[in-house]
Amino acid sequence: MAAQVFAFILHKDGKADDSALELVAAAKKIFPDTPPIAIVTGAGAALDAVCQEMAAAYPQVWKFANEVLAYPNAEIIRPLLLKVLPRGGVLLLPQNTFGMDLGPGLSVKMDAAYVPDAVAIEGLDGATLKVVRQEFNGQVSTHLACDISKGAVISVRAGCFPAVEARSAGGLVVDKSADAGGLSARRRFVEVLQAEVGDVDITKEDVLVSVGRGIGDKENVPIADELAKAMGAVVSCSRPVVDAKWLEKSRQVGTSGKTVKPKVYLALGISGSFQHMGGLKGNPFIVAVNKNPKAPIFQVANVGVVADVLEFVPELTEKIKEAK
Amino acid sequence: MEIMVCVKRVPDSAENEIVVKGDGSDIKRDDLVYSVNEWDNYAVEEAIQIVDRVGGSVTVVTIGNEDSEEVVRREMAMGAHKGLMLVDPAFEGCDGRGMAAILKAAVQQGKYDLVLTGAQADDGAGQVGAMLAALLDWPYASLVNLIEVKDGVLSIGREIEGGNQEINEISMPCVLSIQTGINEPRYVGIRGIRKVASVEIPVLNAGALGLDAAGLGPAGARVKRLDYFVPPAGVGAEMLQGSTDEIAAQLIDLLKAKGGLK
Amino acid sequence: MQPALIAPANAAFVGIPAKIIFILIPLVGIAVFAYIMKHRIEPLLQAAPDPRFSRYPERIRAVIKIWLAQWRHPRYLLAGVLHIIVFFGFLTLAARSTQLVVLGFAADFSLPGFGGAFGHFYSVLKDYAGTAVFICAVILAVRRLAFKPARYDVPERYGQDHTPEAILVLGLICTLLVSESLFDASLVAAQVAKGQPTHFLSPLSLGWFFGHLLGGASLPALQGIHLTAYTIHDLTFFFFLCFLPMGKHFHVITSLFNVFFMRLDYGNVKPVRHGVADSQLDGLKSFGVKKFEDFTWKHMLDFYSCADCGRCSDRCPANRVKRPLSPRFISIKARDRCFKLYPLWGRKPEESQPLIGGIYSEDEIWSCTTCGACEQECPLGIEYIDKMVDLRRGMVDEGMVPQSLQKPLSALEKRGNPWGKMEKKRADWVAGVGDGCTVKLFEKGEAAETLYFVDSITSYDDRMQKIAQATTRILCAAGVDFGVLGKDEKDSGHEVRRFGEEMLFQTLKEQNTEAIQATEVKRIVTADPHAYNALKNDYSNLPPVKHISEIIIESLGSGRLKLKGAENGSKTYVYHDPCYLGRHNALYDIPRRAIDAIPGIRRGEMPADCRDRSFCCGGGGLMLFYEPEEETRMGVVRVKMARDAGADVIVTACPFCLVNIEDAIKVAGLEGKMEAIDLCELIDRHIQR
Repeated sequence: MAAQVFAFILHKDGKADDSALELVAAAKKIFPDTPPIAIVTGAGAALDAVCQEMAAAYPQVWKFANEVLAYPNAEIIRPLLLKVLPRGGVLLLPQNTFGMDLGPGLSVKMDAAYVPDAVAIEGLDGATLKVVRQEFNGQVSTHLACDISKGAVISVRAGCFPAVEARSAGGLVVDKSADAGGLSARRRFVEVLQAEVGDVDITKEDVLVSVGRGIGDKENVPIADELAKAMGAVVSCSRPVVDAKWLEKSRQVGTSGKTVKPKVYLALGISGSFQHMGGLKGNPFIVAVNKNPKAPIFQVANVGVVADVLEFVPELTEKIKEAK
Repeated sequence: MEIMVCVKRVPDSAENEIVVKGDGSDIKRDDLVYSVNEWDNYAVEEAIQIVDRVGGSVTVVTIGNEDSEEVVRREMAMGAHKGLMLVDPAFEGCDGRGMAAILKAAVQQGKYDLVLTGAQADDGAGQVGAMLAALLDWPYASLVNLIEVKDGVLSIGREIEGGNQEINEISMPCVLSIQTGINEPRYVGIRGIRKVASVEIPVLNAGALGLDAAGLGPAGARVKRLDYFVPPAGVGAEMLQGSTDEIAAQLIDLLKAKGGLK
Repeated sequence: MQPALIAPANAAFVGIPAKIIFILIPLVGIAVFAYIMKHRIEPLLQAAPDPRFSRYPERIRAVIKIWLAQWRHPRYLLAGVLHIIVFFGFLTLAARSTQLVVLGFAADFSLPGFGGAFGHFYSVLKDYAGTAVFICAVILAVRRLAFKPARYDVPERYGQDHTPEAILVLGLICTLLVSESLFDASLVAAQVAKGQPTHFLSPLSLGWFFGHLLGGASLPALQGIHLTAYTIHDLTFFFFLCFLPMGKHFHVITSLFNVFFMRLDYGNVKPVRHGVADSQLDGLKSFGVKKFEDFTWKHMLDFYSCADCGRCSDRCPANRVKRPLSPRFISIKARDRCFKLYPLWGRKPEESQPLIGGIYSEDEIWSCTTCGACEQECPLGIEYIDKMVDLRRGMVDEGMVPQSLQKPLSALEKRGNPWGKMEKKRADWVAGVGDGCTVKLFEKGEAAETLYFVDSITSYDDRMQKIAQATTRILCAAGVDFGVLGKDEKDSGHEVRRFGEEMLFQTLKEQNTEAIQATEVKRIVTADPHAYNALKNDYSNLPPVKHISEIIIESLGSGRLKLKGAENGSKTYVYHDPCYLGRHNALYDIPRRAIDAIPGIRRGEMPADCRDRSFCCGGGGLMLFYEPEEETRMGVVRVKMARDAGADVIVTACPFCLVNIEDAIKVAGLEGKMEAIDLCELIDRHIQR
């Protein structure tokens, strides 16, 4: 008696977001035998490209093309989904700024349950879905029991489910653009203001020396500069460093900062919060230096050093210079 | 403009160690310090600043028990004009939608142009504001970091990925959830709180709000928390050992191998 | 015999008796002066109260030492000595000036008692006084124009340079001296020409030189010079008198009063409003200084009295590291604002606007570490700390607290320490004391004679806990029966008060006082000078408070504590005076004697920057959380001073000094070449057990 399961696909400039391929795995954890349907909204050739891409991973892709959908406005997309999703259906969303905007309100309109920011899905028992979430800024985890008999909207945290390999075997692209007529909303998208580029573009760097609160003070940032110089790398940072105005925003790695794909990432005095690590993509070699042996960063790093950043880093810089 | 701001009393996660009880039913709360949810505080400051510019009043509302009063009073000491408490044993065990239904009843008892919530609270769900908007059938925007009052509409900025800002125009009445950093909240000291110590804060229960207690609480909740736990630590990083010199040497070898040294 | 020249009182200008003019000039001069003074006094009458009409013997002593003996002036030697000469010159010449005014309408007038032998003596004295002042004035002008000492500089944001005003006044002084000398000299020259007995002109005095210069001049010329010089002197004198209240030379009039009313106690902070008890604070409508009229009359008098000498700013550590604070301009800007708000003619121009955002910026006021160097230096007894605290109280009242301080303040309110750490962990450091030393815990109901008040940083900071452990080992070795409050101890609130959060301070004070009184201890000991200062000067109804160094000296004296030879006899140990032990509480020698008690230890000094000229490490308490705009760190400046003095080890007696200096050693790149150690750690290492 499995309901239909859908995944909302986010995309930009004709390329689907990384979450698109992760949602398939999430869907399979809920309904192992029900093929998930991808929902893609947008306009023009970019939309078509994404639908084709998704057809390689999803058995069915519903395409909604309309000028008003060119920029993903949750207030317009919500009534559209309300119209096209079947009763009792389950919709998976990525937990990001769009998902947060769309999901909760949609669940109410659908009279369905809402599960925010799931980090793991344990399975379905009758109509009860067991899910794992985190609370208190990631300090504790909780098990949730969710009654999905009337449907559900579930947002899924990035990087918690494996991205499926896209196969070449074709999925079916169904053009449902007819349903997207006559949409309006009381919130109108105007424009996106780009964050300032700054002097350095960290998103293009292969090696990053990243500092967090553990650097202690603005005056200590040069310690990281020295190391970066010796390594031929560039300095980046986590959000608290920007909030404290020790570095510019253009250096921030994280979900509210930049997304970077370096080969090597040094995390100095960074605790490893989810929001920060969310900006680190690809599979970099992560070296963590932190004086707290229990810092979450040591869970995700490849190599760890328990030390005071202010004492260890200058030593490392010296040694690198000597080795040259 | 009449603005309502929804606030929540939460454990201060920065100043507390969150420890799970042995039986997993809850976190240990005896030693916890509570305060207003940080995002909600930014929302109240924003509301006060808007009203300072265009006139009107700010009402702060919370769902809780008598402990929650200190939070409402603190926000009034900050400059909110009115406070409102929604208290009823039937409210306990509500899920996010249940909370939104309670708030909806309170909103509809007044004539508000704008309702603000914080973007998220201690459970990180960020759902109540959006659900409230859906129940009220008002437009909504989350993660708002800029509000400008224009003629009949609000020009707002949302914080989106990459640190970019999405500019929208939203009509009123509407619900907005507020992101940290939108402003610099003013300081509230003991003196400020003492000044509002004797101001009346009305308390409404389910009946006064016209709510059917049966639909609320655990019975009406579609999402229930089963337990708290701390996941077992994974393998994690290979921790380098030895003297500082030895560690540095090992690190240099690894960096060279992985292409970290140019 | 006819006088050689017609005296001013007997002269006539175009038929009008000069007497009339020479009565008119003083009358007009005094009237204008009185008018100006009335306007200057007006704001003081509307100011906040400040009870200083008490403790007269101490005040008289202060006047004699600081005003009359110019005690603080030689701290800047050249300017100081020059000023002392000018000051005593002015005092001496006061009598002559008075006589001269009256001579305009009463020929041959001399002051009572100035006839006869004393009069002759005085005449010689005033000749040399005038000459000395003249020479000094010339030197001072050259100094201003050619050498331009840095502390007189006016940074662009503070407006125009003040040199023209200084040169004008020096010019007026020289005019007075020259005209007086010419007045005398012309008469003597005429007497010589007429063969009459001459008045005595002291050799090598100004008058003497003029006397020789005028030898051979015609009698009509001499008459002209005599009367002209007199008229110029009369006009200049009254012009100068009326000019005094217009700028920095107001100090000539107000200095005596400013010093008389200057602060007598150090280390404390004024109440929110004099006359309003702590228990009545809730009833006050407004806290602190928000507009000019909120200052007390003494603070307004301070603004009038500022001589613009720049010594305060020269020693101010915040100014040195280029924070937006310069104490001199706190005074000058307020004085100028006062002049604008209370103009001499016309109505008050505007409603008194808030000072913050007006003449002062928020960061300017938050930048102060309350080290007291400015007050220590000021030769006029101007106070700064109370003003900073009052301005901060005003900002806190309006919610204008920097974000960086809001978290620690909130944590202090909730947890009694600025890091928000749990109360029950406040005595966790006790576990690391070791060495067979038991620390009694009052929180567990134990009793002792002495309370060791640890305070927050020493209790919670990993590094500073070592100070607590060393302190307790010293107390044990000295056989002191002591205990700690543990979780019942709250932050002393020292910086909370000085950062303007008075009500939070009152709360902490009440809680601590209650906890301390419940222990029934006979005395309190602390190793934290901020706690020491708070308990001693901010709190009341507590047993006597001592600093650990005092206990060390006591115990060494009684023989209970013995020290072994220095573990390192070749390193130079230099003691850094913490602001709250040294300047504010005059404890300079005892910590030094404690160090010297270690046999074979080599101790040096930072000669120009020690004791009451110690340079603040960067500040303690809430100052550790504040994020200032600065070019370098105070700690780095201090560490370099120590290095220049040949230090290998800096010994501090304050946990905040230790934090700042250890940090600064790293930032200055002196790791490995310089260390820092706390006095307690040093003594602990050398206890002979």
